[in-house]
Amino acid sequence: MAVLSFEKDLDKLRGEIDKVKESGTSDGGSDGRLADLEDKLEQSTLQVFSALSAWDRVQLARHPDRPHTLDYIDHIFSDFIELHGDRRFGDDAAIVGGPAKFDGQRVMVVGHQKGRGTRDSVKRNFGMASPEGFRKGLRLMRQAEKFGLPVITFVDIPGASPVLEAEERGQAWAIADNLLGMIELRVPIIVAVTGEGGSGGALALGIGDRVLIQEYGVYSVASPEGCASIVWRDHKFAPEAAEALKLTPTDLLKLGVVDRIVREPLGGAHRDYAKAAEILAEDIAEELNAVTKISTDELIAGRYRKYRAMGRDVVDNLATDESNAEPRPKVREGKSR
Amino acid sequence: MKKILRRRGRAGRGQPDDLWIKCRKCGHMSYRREFVVSLKVCQKCGLHERLTAHERLEMLVDSMDGFQQIAPDMVSTDPLGFVRGNLTYDDHLERYRDSTGLREAVICGLGTMEGRPVSIAVIDFRFLGASMGSVVGEKITLAIELATERRLPLVIVSCSGGARMQEGMLSLMQMAKTSAALSRFHAASLCYLSVMTDPTLAGVTASFASLADVVIAEPGATVGFTGRRLIEQIVKQKLPENAQSAEFMQEHGMIDLVVERRALRGMIIKLFDIFVGPDERSDRVNEVEEIQVKIRPAASTTKT
Repeated sequence: MAVLSFEKDLDKLRGEIDKVKESGTSDGGSDGRLADLEDKLEQSTLQVFSALSAWDRVQLARHPDRPHTLDYIDHIFSDFIELHGDRRFGDDAAIVGGPAKFDGQRVMVVGHQKGRGTRDSVKRNFGMASPEGFRKGLRLMRQAEKFGLPVITFVDIPGASPVLEAEERGQAWAIADNLLGMIELRVPIIVAVTGEGGSGGALALGIGDRVLIQEYGVYSVASPEGCASIVWRDHKFAPEAAEALKLTPTDLLKLGVVDRIVREPLGGAHRDYAKAAEILAEDIAEELNAVTKISTDELIAGRYRKYRAMGRDVVDNLATDESNAEPRPKVREGKSR
Repeated sequence: MKKILRRRGRAGRGQPDDLWIKCRKCGHMSYRREFVVSLKVCQKCGLHERLTAHERLEMLVDSMDGFQQIAPDMVSTDPLGFVRGNLTYDDHLERYRDSTGLREAVICGLGTMEGRPVSIAVIDFRFLGASMGSVVGEKITLAIELATERRLPLVIVSCSGGARMQEGMLSLMQMAKTSAALSRFHAASLCYLSVMTDPTLAGVTASFASLADVVIAEPGATVGFTGRRLIEQIVKQKLPENAQSAEFMQEHGMIDLVVERRALRGMIIKLFDIFVGPDERSDRVNEVEEIQVKIRPAASTTKT
């Protein structure tokens, strides 16, 4: 398992625990030492994970061993049938999807899929989806609408594929079509950001009635490296950019970009797939039950209101839209000088 | 210091006291007056030099006197408390407000084209690379909503480097917001023409700029999702010169029409004539009066 810099000491402790476990099977005296070490590991993990910087969190969200969409599908859903292709050009392995059962309920699952290991990663373009992937996603969501299935999406993408071929096939057009399509979709949509929410490619599967984010997921307008090279003119300022972008779950909840933070097992989802999946499934089930009770018209209207309000309270001098009767309070005043 | 000088130099190009204008592509020197008459298109190589939002509006509407701005004073607050070094986002915004005389990167409003009332939004590249933050998203949305409510056709002239970093995820969410507004606009069977100018990239292309009934681009404009520099960094080779040009994207099926600047207004009028049909002019003129009356007092209250 890959070890991040701030995980190193914890990894050493884990090594010691394994050693004790191996050598101590016949020796009853090591039980005490084992319990001590395990206690120490838990304490240290709590300590390390309570003091994570934004940049540490970016590393965690990108952890190569972090569960990906297909891992969660494996744990959470039954009868998943992966469907392929956008019916226009090809099949993008960086986005997966198909009908499945969740908690006995028929649903449609769509998610970004990063690879595991070199060959799989290359096949899936390291999760950087192409226009075909977004179009496949929208096709499956429209299919869900036809059959009245709620949609559950998993967001985990470094960014949409940045190559000329993707441009030629309309990367921007594909993403825009998904935004419009998801706003209009007449079935409930639950979004779970499970890893990296990377910019427009994330949003292309990220519009929903409820948006959840895992405790060690991040969601950002651009990668910290990209932001650093734009604003600082040097990608080496990525840690500073990560801090400034307010991309952590707590910040996103404050900004109203996400609705709920999903807890992860101690040390992150990569430490315990089953547990991470179990917590995620519980939270998705709760949100899904809530939204399926809402009538379709009210659901669509509520989704519209939610996105219409994005950023509205961070602009000043809103006064000229005479057609809207709602008062719009100025929530923030610009710094006076 | 060097940066300031460079910035001055950049802004200085095109000042009224310069007699000659040098084309930034072919180096051709033209008289300022000639250049203005040619709508800032190089007479030698055809380069369409970037226009300010005001220049663009003057080119499109019947008269600027009749143009009524929507939310002209709207400014962004600093929702993230974004700081780079010692420079706050507020400072950054103020710097651009000073250098451009604009409040933000977009001007929206109601004007007439051949007597037909049209909701128009024009983005200005000089303001922070025409990046889309909450104000650009909100004003574009207001322009779309006003068109929807008044059943007016819509023109958005875009350019943008992408989402505005300093407003973080709220900037990304403007893609969702503008798209949502367009969903209602299109459901009302109204007509939206998108004009992509140099450069239209990333979050703007991937939302309202491409969700139009007809997508028009100016000749030679860079249009796409990922910027050239990043693509070249990643694939580690130079892209062909015409990659992501309006013509290239048209060839790949993404753009309906590449229209020269001097023909743009005529093309928009013609498309509206066909898609929207003849305008019941007398009714419409009254409607504009009504909107003007409503917008004026609202705009003035913001200054108090």
